[in-house]
Amino acid sequence: MSSLRQIAFYGKGGIGKSTTSQNTLAALVEMGQKILIVGCDPKADSTRLILNTKMQDTVLSLAAEAGSVEDLELEDVLKLGYKGIKCTESGGPEPGVGCAGRGVITAINFLEENGAYDDVDYVSYDVLGDVVCGGFAMPIRENKAQEIYIVMSGEMMALYAANNIAKGILKYAHSGGVRLGGLICNERQTDQELELSEALAEKLNTKLIHFVPRDNIVQHAELRRQTVIQYAPDSNQAKEYRTLAEKIHANSGQGTIPTPVSMDELEQMLLDFGIMKTEEQALAELQAKEAAKAAEAAA
Amino acid sequence: MPQSAEKVLDHSLLFREPEYKEMFAKKRADMENMPATEKVQETADWTKSWEYREKNFARESLSINPAKACQPLGAVFAAAGFEKTLSFVHGSQGCVAYYRSHLSRHFKEPCSAVSSSMTEDAAVFGGLNNMVEGLKNAYALYSPKMIAVSTTCMAEVIGDDLQSFIIGAKDKESVPQDFPVPYAHTPAFVGSHTTGYDNMLRGILEGFWANAEVTKNETINIVPGFDGFAVGNNRELKRILDLMGVEYTILSDVSDQFDTPSDGEFRMYDGGTTLEAAKNAVNAKATISLQQYCSTKTLQYAKSFDQETASFHYPMGVAATDEFLMKVSEITGKEIPEELRMERGRLVDAMADSQATLHGKTYAIYGDPDFVYAMARFVLEFGGEPRHCLATNGTKPWAKKMQALFDSSPFGAECKAYPGNDLWHMRSLLATEPTDFLIGNSHGKFLERDTGVPLIRLTFPIFDRHHHHRFPVWGYQGGLRVLVTLLDKAFDALDAAGLEPGGDISFDLTR
Repeated sequence: MSSLRQIAFYGKGGIGKSTTSQNTLAALVEMGQKILIVGCDPKADSTRLILNTKMQDTVLSLAAEAGSVEDLELEDVLKLGYKGIKCTESGGPEPGVGCAGRGVITAINFLEENGAYDDVDYVSYDVLGDVVCGGFAMPIRENKAQEIYIVMSGEMMALYAANNIAKGILKYAHSGGVRLGGLICNERQTDQELELSEALAEKLNTKLIHFVPRDNIVQHAELRRQTVIQYAPDSNQAKEYRTLAEKIHANSGQGTIPTPVSMDELEQMLLDFGIMKTEEQALAELQAKEAAKAAEAAA
Repeated sequence: MPQSAEKVLDHSLLFREPEYKEMFAKKRADMENMPATEKVQETADWTKSWEYREKNFARESLSINPAKACQPLGAVFAAAGFEKTLSFVHGSQGCVAYYRSHLSRHFKEPCSAVSSSMTEDAAVFGGLNNMVEGLKNAYALYSPKMIAVSTTCMAEVIGDDLQSFIIGAKDKESVPQDFPVPYAHTPAFVGSHTTGYDNMLRGILEGFWANAEVTKNETINIVPGFDGFAVGNNRELKRILDLMGVEYTILSDVSDQFDTPSDGEFRMYDGGTTLEAAKNAVNAKATISLQQYCSTKTLQYAKSFDQETASFHYPMGVAATDEFLMKVSEITGKEIPEELRMERGRLVDAMADSQATLHGKTYAIYGDPDFVYAMARFVLEFGGEPRHCLATNGTKPWAKKMQALFDSSPFGAECKAYPGNDLWHMRSLLATEPTDFLIGNSHGKFLERDTGVPLIRLTFPIFDRHHHHRFPVWGYQGGLRVLVTLLDKAFDALDAAGLEPGGDISFDLTR
């Protein structure tokens, strides 16, 4: 069991975490790896592209039906997807009620105790949003994920989120073995996106593992509930994901302890890259715009 | 006032005095708004009907008087069995008062445990500071040799990570770096006290055994499990193993902690498995659990050190004790001495002497899964019928095992196991299919009152009878005691029946 590699994908909501992770894992399975996906998101969409359908039987929905998680069997919640990837979803409460964080703890404990981790090479956790509470930190506790990959983009909020996640990892890095594996930039075609990502990676004492270019083929595949690897195995985008998978595979044991930055530092970086404007700049621009308008009216 | 300092009346007499009678009557008339007596009686009778029983067993979203406690209670119990070990429960304060009072009320001994007293702010920001301060205070005030950390629901729901918190607290010098602080996550909403016992024991062993270099020796480890009769049972266990000449370590021995003498000295800690012994226990050739359902994770862990493992269901009665002794003999190569053979013979003789009284008597039994199995098995041995066997923390596989037990004896034909049911279900069973006796704990006294089935207290918790736990129920000697307890109740019932109105026909002196 010592060879079991556990990784986790974190990132801001809507950044393309689940898409990136599933495409990467589909590429990893082609490399002959045995994989278990643990979806840690109440929306339960971490395995949709692998299973080619939305997972219905989440751990918590079945537990709620059966009355107790103790009454569940592993086979009820573990489904096989693309090339034998084992898929599970924690599931969780409806928005606005209950405690999704506790759900993640319950689901992971159940899977571990019932042997879901036996006979696999990789366990991959796909975790919603920021590390919002103790429950969502479950995958980075001791004896869980060794490396965390943060999916981000050149947008400001994605950078904030990446920095926050690094803070969460740092908290656990001192007491356990969790490390930051690297950033994965999911291109949004914002200004200087690659440079900005690399700069953030440097600040966080990590590296930009891969820059995944934007390609509509991802949406085409997604509409068919497939990964690009499955939908268009010979496309350029599939090659990109294969490269990412190889990089992650080769990254074992090379994670680092992150060095998250302060809010001011982060904002300064954004200013340096011209993503964010200072107040004077913004004001000057506004004045210029109004002056142009006035000139137009006069003419 | 009818009450006076010179002659204090117990409430049972006091409330019969005219002042109280009048007050109760007035309260009933003015405030309680009770339906007519006939209506009340009619409804009460209906709750004892088959129709109600079926509705009761169809119940899904409600538990009434579940016969189980929560994980941290088991964790506190397991930790109490180690030398100078203080239980530290991470979470809200009231929970810890419950574990302490529950154990004190049963053992009639003080029970010490501390809480990290998390409040609203800790619920929001996480309980790290409480851990840091709490460990520091506990270490300074109570000079333990080990602090065993478990959790209440509150810490579990917000997802506090004990492992990283304890490392953090040590970094802040709450306790010395090499001071043992084993831990176990014990959410009360998962499993029961038996799960908590297992988790804590495993946590303590992990603290001592992780990365240990193993040099195999000939000793065996014994895990007694959560047991209200631990004081008597563990001492009996040690007597038996000493007689056999076996080298052993009991992993969590609470027999002295919950039975300290009054000799003028207060002992906050007494006896228990020494930390040295717990550390060395990794070298044992085998680990034997006396209660399988209290030790699945612990045994798994022992197995990972190439130890042979075996588990039993509370060795009570003839065959169960035989099995245990033979297994110990097989593992250690030590003979079962003549003395134990004689004890066995005496128990069998006593069972034969009282055969006429106990044969064909029916029983309802509830408690922890291991106890219920053992009790039912013993009852079958002397020709009784354990008709209703109920364990709130029993699982479906447990029920299957119970069925296999029933199938092994002609007396088991009409018996059934009820996993996951509660004492309100038991009430329906007793009301519709009454048995001669009910075996359980103090909580059964209300079933006894309600259904008229006499209660025999033989499992935790026993709050309303004293000192039973000082006498063993394990082994052949323990079997004798259980037998006598059942017989006493059977004879009391027989004598009482002879006194019923019109029953002045029985003048038997000899039974």
